[in-house]
Amino acid sequence: MSTTAETGPLPAPEPDPNTEDAPFWAGTAEGRLMLPRCTRCATVIWYPRQFCSECSGQDVEWFEASGRGTIYARTVVHRAQGPWRPAAPYVIAYVELEEGPRVLTNIIEVDPDTVQVGQEVRAVFVAAGPHKIVRFTPEAGA
Amino acid sequence: MSIRGKAYVAGIFEHPGRELPDKTTAQIHAESAAGALADAGLSFSDVDGYFCAGDAPGFGPLSMADYMGLSCSYVDSTEMGGSTYVAHVGHAASAIGMGKCKVALITLGGKPRTGGQGPGGAGRIGTAPESNFEGQWGIPGAVGGYALAASRHMYEFGTTSEQLAEIKVAASIHAQYNPNAFLRKVVSVEEVLDSPMVSSPLRRMDCCVVTDGGGALVVVAPEVAAQLPGTKVKVLGHGEAPKHTSNGRIDLTHSGAVWSGPRAFSEAGVGHADIDYASIYDSFTITVLMTLEDLGFCEKGKGGEFVSDGALVSPGGKLPFNTDGGGLCNNHPTNRGGITKVIEAVRQLRGEAHPQVQVPDCQIALAHGTGGSLGTRMGSATLILGQEDS
Repeated sequence: MSTTAETGPLPAPEPDPNTEDAPFWAGTAEGRLMLPRCTRCATVIWYPRQFCSECSGQDVEWFEASGRGTIYARTVVHRAQGPWRPAAPYVIAYVELEEGPRVLTNIIEVDPDTVQVGQEVRAVFVAAGPHKIVRFTPEAGA
Repeated sequence: MSIRGKAYVAGIFEHPGRELPDKTTAQIHAESAAGALADAGLSFSDVDGYFCAGDAPGFGPLSMADYMGLSCSYVDSTEMGGSTYVAHVGHAASAIGMGKCKVALITLGGKPRTGGQGPGGAGRIGTAPESNFEGQWGIPGAVGGYALAASRHMYEFGTTSEQLAEIKVAASIHAQYNPNAFLRKVVSVEEVLDSPMVSSPLRRMDCCVVTDGGGALVVVAPEVAAQLPGTKVKVLGHGEAPKHTSNGRIDLTHSGAVWSGPRAFSEAGVGHADIDYASIYDSFTITVLMTLEDLGFCEKGKGGEFVSDGALVSPGGKLPFNTDGGGLCNNHPTNRGGITKVIEAVRQLRGEAHPQVQVPDCQIALAHGTGGSLGTRMGSATLILGQEDS
């Protein structure tokens, strides 16, 4: 599915995996976007946790998502803070995954001013310390 | 069962300071409390209910009750960011109505401008269950989330930067009359559009000020109010609602005001046409525009049209708002504007706003607070107040 990119010019803060979201990080380490799904009502859960806020179920199973999505909202950050200051301008977006959830992320490998709501994007796995985080980049031709 | 008429706002105080490097956070709370109690004609020894939030230092209500020497039968340290202090008036009225206390003191204070401790909630964000999925993207403080909401609003409804700018312009027209306002210069739509982009589509002048400061409110039982000499304001209704990311299906085009507003209007027994003045939380211009829609002052998506042509300017606009200059120009003490929203609504109902911006015969006012982020999870609180005999 998705390609793996080197860490771009953006800072890549390390996540701190916990017992609820560990399978997500095990997935990204292999370049796979794993999502939890409620075993009771089949709702795809975001952010990853072992609780379904739809039906209050507490059992989840993990499956591999497509890594494809559409930009739901985006902002180009011009005045950034701390270690992000030299990275500006950069794009923060909500990407609506094909599987339903809208996830916060960066859109990378793109001219920030060309990023538009409705644009199709795909997941890119970026090293963040010993882990990998999921950013997105426009689909070729999108 | 309702809080209508169960309590009165008897005292208000907005700390005049906007830069307070030589005061501690606890001191700002206490000075604000002293001001509001004096305004009410009460003293610290009369207080039996205390309400604060994450900006209160140390152990919150315990540390501050200790500092001020309060003897309380009721405390509440709800944390919904800047909306908390609007909700607190409803909480205080509920507690008073149930006989838990008679004189409720609400305080806010802090100094993000000159340094010092940030609000308590901010310090705990790293341990939030969502932090692994929101802390990696370089979200630049509060503005990033609000910018995302503005982006979606513009996409769905065609809202423009010019329309957002109208909100700042109206606030600046009011702020020129407030000697304590942090920004007193009247600005034009063009000046707002020429200000530097911070996080698109929001520019510097779409953002509230960062100020030190504080404020306090005293809410009392009817039998206490009857003994006090000053003009009281009646609590008519309140509503509150947290809004969250809805299991990743977040809808960025509305705030929690779609729930808090109807609850407040219903409890107060009034309609939109009855509202003579509105304090609308203005962390950013988009906050105001979406809140006006969500409270039902106009159709969803029509907020841009609604705020144009001076609609928010007092007096004379169809909905005079934030006559102190609001968070956009006057004051956003400790990055939380809820308490100043209530304070200016009380001034209007007492007829004590600046004469240039006083709404003639202001009988019913609304104050709305927004806390947290429009881009992720937030608190909304709506309060409706009336003149003493309303």
